[in-house]
Amino acid sequence: MPQDTLGIIETKYFTFGEPPHELRLKSGEKLGPVTLAYETYGTLNKDKSNAILVFHALTGDAHAAGLHKGADKPGWWDAMIGPGKAYDTDKYFVICSNVIGGCKGSTGPSSVNSKTGKPYGLSFPVVTLPDMVAAQKHLIDSLGIKRLLCATGGSMGALLALKWAIDYPDSLQSTIAIATNYRHTAQQIALHEVARQAIMSDPDWQAGDYYGKSIPARGLALARMIGHITYMSEASMEEKFGRKLIGKEKLGYDFSHDFEVESYLKYRSGNFVQRFDANSYLYLSKALDYFDLAEDGGGKLSDAVAKAACDFLVISFTSDWLYPPYQAKELVRALKANGLDVTEILINTSYGHDAFLVEVDNQARLIKAYLERMVKQYGK
Amino acid sequence: MENNRLDHDIIIELIERNSKVLDLGCGDGTLLHKLIERKGCKVTGVEIDERAIYECVAKGVSVSHADIDTGLSDFSDKRFDYVILNESLQEVLQPKQVILEALRVGRKIIVGIPNFCNATARYQIFFQGRVPVTPELPHEWYDTPNLRFLSLKDFRKFCKDNSIKVHKEVGLSGNKRVCLWPNLFAHIGIYLLEK
Repeated sequence: MPQDTLGIIETKYFTFGEPPHELRLKSGEKLGPVTLAYETYGTLNKDKSNAILVFHALTGDAHAAGLHKGADKPGWWDAMIGPGKAYDTDKYFVICSNVIGGCKGSTGPSSVNSKTGKPYGLSFPVVTLPDMVAAQKHLIDSLGIKRLLCATGGSMGALLALKWAIDYPDSLQSTIAIATNYRHTAQQIALHEVARQAIMSDPDWQAGDYYGKSIPARGLALARMIGHITYMSEASMEEKFGRKLIGKEKLGYDFSHDFEVESYLKYRSGNFVQRFDANSYLYLSKALDYFDLAEDGGGKLSDAVAKAACDFLVISFTSDWLYPPYQAKELVRALKANGLDVTEILINTSYGHDAFLVEVDNQARLIKAYLERMVKQYGK
Repeated sequence: MENNRLDHDIIIELIERNSKVLDLGCGDGTLLHKLIERKGCKVTGVEIDERAIYECVAKGVSVSHADIDTGLSDFSDKRFDYVILNESLQEVLQPKQVILEALRVGRKIIVGIPNFCNATARYQIFFQGRVPVTPELPHEWYDTPNLRFLSLKDFRKFCKDNSIKVHKEVGLSGNKRVCLWPNLFAHIGIYLLEK
């Protein structure tokens, strides 16, 4: 096995919130018991000062790095987490947990409701990003970690890390927010709504009650295709596909697939449907749309982030049109207005929003050096 | 990493220990790194070049990827003890506004400018009839990053006109201090200013 891989990793589970100690959600509803699927990489040091909490993006999961037994593909951020990598597991103890509302081992709409013995479906309460963060705080507490060296993630993962920085300011040394914004804008909400409508208009969706029957595969595939387009950039699609034809020499003049990009979207969304739950897609996309970091400041971002006390590294990408860099810039401005220590960089890349997954070398250079500084400053 | 630069040494001398320092146009963060090491300062930089940002982060220097003309509005009043503008003022679009903004966010500011009217430059203009190209001003007219051309005398006048107190002026030529007639013999002027 190559040296830079973590080898075989097993997902662990942590359950809390047994009635009457349920997790109180932002909506006012209660959820419990709550199970969180999580994985850890590296070793927690004696004084528990080397823990890094990685939050995943919309369709990610707890399996951030290493290999599951029998799998041929590593975790979603394996390029960044491992021995000698950006989040160096020779030095740090890295934790990644599936969010509540998800479908990869943490309690979500596809989980069985202990009260009814049936999957929740749409009876699952609406969860928010603050709820997801609150749930993961229980996990970190259970591991005996009082202060994280870093909370980090890309896209939704970045928003969760930022929320942690504001809700638990004493328990964090630094936040690394990648491909981030600070609230969902009308365009982002609109794109999600189209995806949700695609799922909900699939006859197989059955108002969310499809477990054990045929899944709303067409709707979910369409939702994924829309999402996938927003994660790339015009330039990266042009580079990857251009107008290349697939399986034919000439245009077909029918509605079969002519272009490579068409069959790529179909292939990728087909895979996605096998691994992701349609209801989770509804809940998580809605949670993102509800998210507004400025909310706690009565709509004023600089007031909302005033509670934060950690240092920040904010990484944006020039071609990210889903979370455009100017939104990260507004966040940075608000952090600076509060006298917080912020390092920000706009990386020139054509990969679009997905750059946080693939623009590995430049990110690794930054993150490695940044974390070394944070180790020196830890707790000071 | 520690290169010998007299302008850095002079700037470091001007800064008190454990100060909060902002460097506008901090490049690869060399000066800020020296300030951390030698003076225990809490530092942050502003730099437009992406490649330089990686160098700053590698040195443990906090940095913002922004241009000087807009990068200052993010900071609150008197947030820093010192704001440094070393060899960057001549490249900004709105130098007056940048200096006034720097004086807003910093208690004191340190400005390093190239002297476009030193003896070598004057000689080239007067006897050769050419726009000067010197070791401190190595660029030809068509590829210079410099937008502003000024002398130490011009800068003193600017400070006077804008009621900015000049606490100190140090002239430099190569690796030497220039005490006699700096506007003629200095290639670089370093100023400690306060409003």
